[in-house]
Amino acid sequence: MKDTIEIRWHGRGGQGAKTAALLLADVAFQTGKYVQGFPEYGPERMGAPITAYNRISSRPITIHSNIYFPDYVVVVDDGLLESIDVTAGLKKDGAVIVNTSRSKEEILPMLHGFEGKVFTVDARKISVSALGKNYPNSPMLAAVVAVSGVMEQEVFLKEMQASFEHKFAKKPEVIEGNMKALQLTFEAIEENSNGTDRQAVCA
Amino acid sequence: MAVRERLSGNEAVAYAIKQINPDVMPAFPITPSTEIPQYVANYIANGEIGTEFIHVESEHSAMSAAIGASAAGARTVTATSSCGMALMWEELYVAASDRLPVVLALVNRALTGPININADHSDSMGARDSGWIQIYAESNQEVYDNFLQAYPIAENAAVRLPVMICQDGFITSHGVENILLVEDEKAKEFVGEYCPEHYLLNEKEPMAVGPYAVSNYYMETKRAQREAMKNAKQVILETAEKFERMTGRKYGFFEEYRMEDAQYAVVVIGSAAGTCKAAVDKIRETTGKKAGLVKIRVFRPFPEEELAAALKGMKAIAVLDRSEMFSATSGPLGAEVRAALYGAKLEAEVVNYFYGLGGRDITVEDFERVYENLEEMAKTHVVKDMYAYIGLREGDRHGNSL
Amino acid sequence: MKSENINERSPWQDITEGNQIYEPATSRQFCTGEWRTSTPLFIKEKCKQCLLCAPVCPDSSIPVSEGKRQDFDYDHCKGCGICAKVCPFGAIEMKEGK
Repeated sequence: MKDTIEIRWHGRGGQGAKTAALLLADVAFQTGKYVQGFPEYGPERMGAPITAYNRISSRPITIHSNIYFPDYVVVVDDGLLESIDVTAGLKKDGAVIVNTSRSKEEILPMLHGFEGKVFTVDARKISVSALGKNYPNSPMLAAVVAVSGVMEQEVFLKEMQASFEHKFAKKPEVIEGNMKALQLTFEAIEENSNGTDRQAVCA
Repeated sequence: MAVRERLSGNEAVAYAIKQINPDVMPAFPITPSTEIPQYVANYIANGEIGTEFIHVESEHSAMSAAIGASAAGARTVTATSSCGMALMWEELYVAASDRLPVVLALVNRALTGPININADHSDSMGARDSGWIQIYAESNQEVYDNFLQAYPIAENAAVRLPVMICQDGFITSHGVENILLVEDEKAKEFVGEYCPEHYLLNEKEPMAVGPYAVSNYYMETKRAQREAMKNAKQVILETAEKFERMTGRKYGFFEEYRMEDAQYAVVVIGSAAGTCKAAVDKIRETTGKKAGLVKIRVFRPFPEEELAAALKGMKAIAVLDRSEMFSATSGPLGAEVRAALYGAKLEAEVVNYFYGLGGRDITVEDFERVYENLEEMAKTHVVKDMYAYIGLREGDRHGNSL
Repeated sequence: MKSENINERSPWQDITEGNQIYEPATSRQFCTGEWRTSTPLFIKEKCKQCLLCAPVCPDSSIPVSEGKRQDFDYDHCKGCGICAKVCPFGAIEMKEGK
C-alpha cells in the first residue's frame, strides 16, 4: 500500500458524505494511521453538492489543500454524475465507487472516459435490507475500505463494532443491522471486483 | 503519557477550554461563530466544567461581557469568527487598553463583501492594531497547544494583555486530524490558577477600570501598552520553553523549516505553511534547490529583528498574505516583513503574494511555482510585479502572478 | 501607585496599567466647583427641610446629615441650578459668578 491514500467524497448536503469521511478518518485513526477528514463547504444547504476529503497515511500529514488527484472517489448520490465530473483528476490506477441501483454499464458513460476501476454499490438496497432504513453511509464506508484496502476488513469490522456500541449504547438493536450492512457491502464488492475496468466492460 | 486523539480544530480548542475550565464564557453562538461555544456549552450542561456561559445578543455584547467579567477578576474566554469579530471591534480596543487578559478563540474567516465565510485572515488582520497579542496555527495540534499557552502569556504581570488564538476557518477548524492532548492534570498545572492582583470584586480594594483619559494621559497610556506588548515577546518565549519541557513540542515566534542552508524562502501564516512544507521537501528531493519556509506564529507582537535574522542571506523571498489591506501595495504581512528587511539592511529580492482569499485553495504545486519564481527573481534581479497573486484568474497574464 | 501621585507631569512609566485606579472616591480630589459660573445660595430661614433638592443634584453636592440638608459642597457644585428650580419655598437662589 502507498504511504498516503487520498480519497474524495461527492455527496449532497444532508446525506452524510462529510460524516462518512469523518468516520473513515476515525476508524483509520484507530488502526494507528495519521488521518485527515475535512469537508469543502459550498452553499451549506440540504441537497447542495458537497465534497469531503480523506488523507490516510503512515506518516504525519502537513498538506492542507483539497485533493485534486485522488486515489479513490466515492459518489454517495449517483444523481451527481450528471452535473459533476466526479472522476476529475482521479488516478488511473485508482477507482471510483458509486452508490447506485443502476448497472455499471449505465454508469460508465457518465464517467467522462475514466479508465480505471469502477465499482457500484446499491447502498440503499443494502441499508434497507439490513436496517430497514436508507442510511447509505455505512455501506459506502465499507465499500471504500474494501476497494482501497486502507485497512484489513477484520480490523475495520472490529473498530466499527466498537464505534457502534459506543454510538448506539441506548439502541443496541441498531448495532446488528449496521454490522450486517457492512458485511453485505463487503460481499457485494467482492462479487463485482472482477473485470471492473472500463475497457473490460465496454469491450 | 499524552493522549492520542483525532479532533477537529474547533473540538481541539473546546477541549483546551474544558481542561482550563475558565470562569466565564460570553459568546454569541451562531454563524459566523464556530462550534466552539456549542461544544463548551455541552461540557457545561454535562457538568464537566463550572464555566458560567453568558448567552449574549451579539458579538459586541460578547466582548463587552468578557471585559466586564475579566475586570471583575474572572478568567474569561470567548470565541468568534469573521464578521462576528468585526462586530466586536470597538470592544477589542477596550479590552486591550484596560489590560484585561481575555482569551479569544478566533476562527479566521473572510469578512463579508462579497458574502463569504471561508478561510481568510481579513478578520484578525483588520484587528491587528487593536492591541491584542495574535498567535496563529498551522494545524489542529498547534491551535490546541497555542490555546494552552494563551493564559500564561495574557495573565503574566509584565504583559496583562488579551490574546487572540487564531486558526484557519474550515481548513483546520472543521478538519479532523491526529492530535496529542496533554493530560488534564498536566494541562491544568501548566495553565495554573488565575489570581489577579487587582479586580473589581475585591471588596477590600474598591477600584475603577477604564476611566476617561484625555490628551494629557492617553499618549502615556498607549506607550505603557506598547511596553506590555514588548514584554510579551519574552513571556511568549518563556511560556513556549515551559510548554516544550512538558510536551516536547517546540514553539517560538515563528517556525523555520529547512532554513539552515536555504536560499529561497517563503514567509506565510497558518495552515498553508503545512502545504508549503510538502513543496519544500519535494523541491529539495527532486531538484536539490535550497527552498525554505518561515511560518509566522506570533504576528503581534511582531518579531521584527528575529525574523530579519532568520531571513539573512536569502537570495529571494516570497511573503504570502491571506488578506487584503487595500494599500494598493503590500498586504499586512508583506508590509511588516519588508519593513523588517529594510531595518536590517537586507537586500534580497522580495515579492508579496496574495493567496487564499475567501477560501481559495492553495496547493503544493502552487508553492512549487512560487519557488521557481523566486529562483528566477534571484537570477535576473528583476521582480516583474512586487505585488502579485496566486490562483487568481487573470485575463492578461503578466508579471509574477501564478 | 496612589492616584494622588499621578498627575499631568507623570511619565508613562508611572501611569497605572490601563489607567486603573486602586482606591475609591478619587473623584473628590477633582475640584469641579471650579467650573461654576453661577452659584446657588442656601437661604436657611426659608428651608422647610422637604429634601426635594438633595436627590436631584447631579453632582451630589447637597450633603444631608441626620435628615437635614446642609450647606452646599462648593468644591463640587457646578452651579447647574436644578436645585433652585425644584425648591418650592424659594430657599435656593442663584447668583452670577462663584
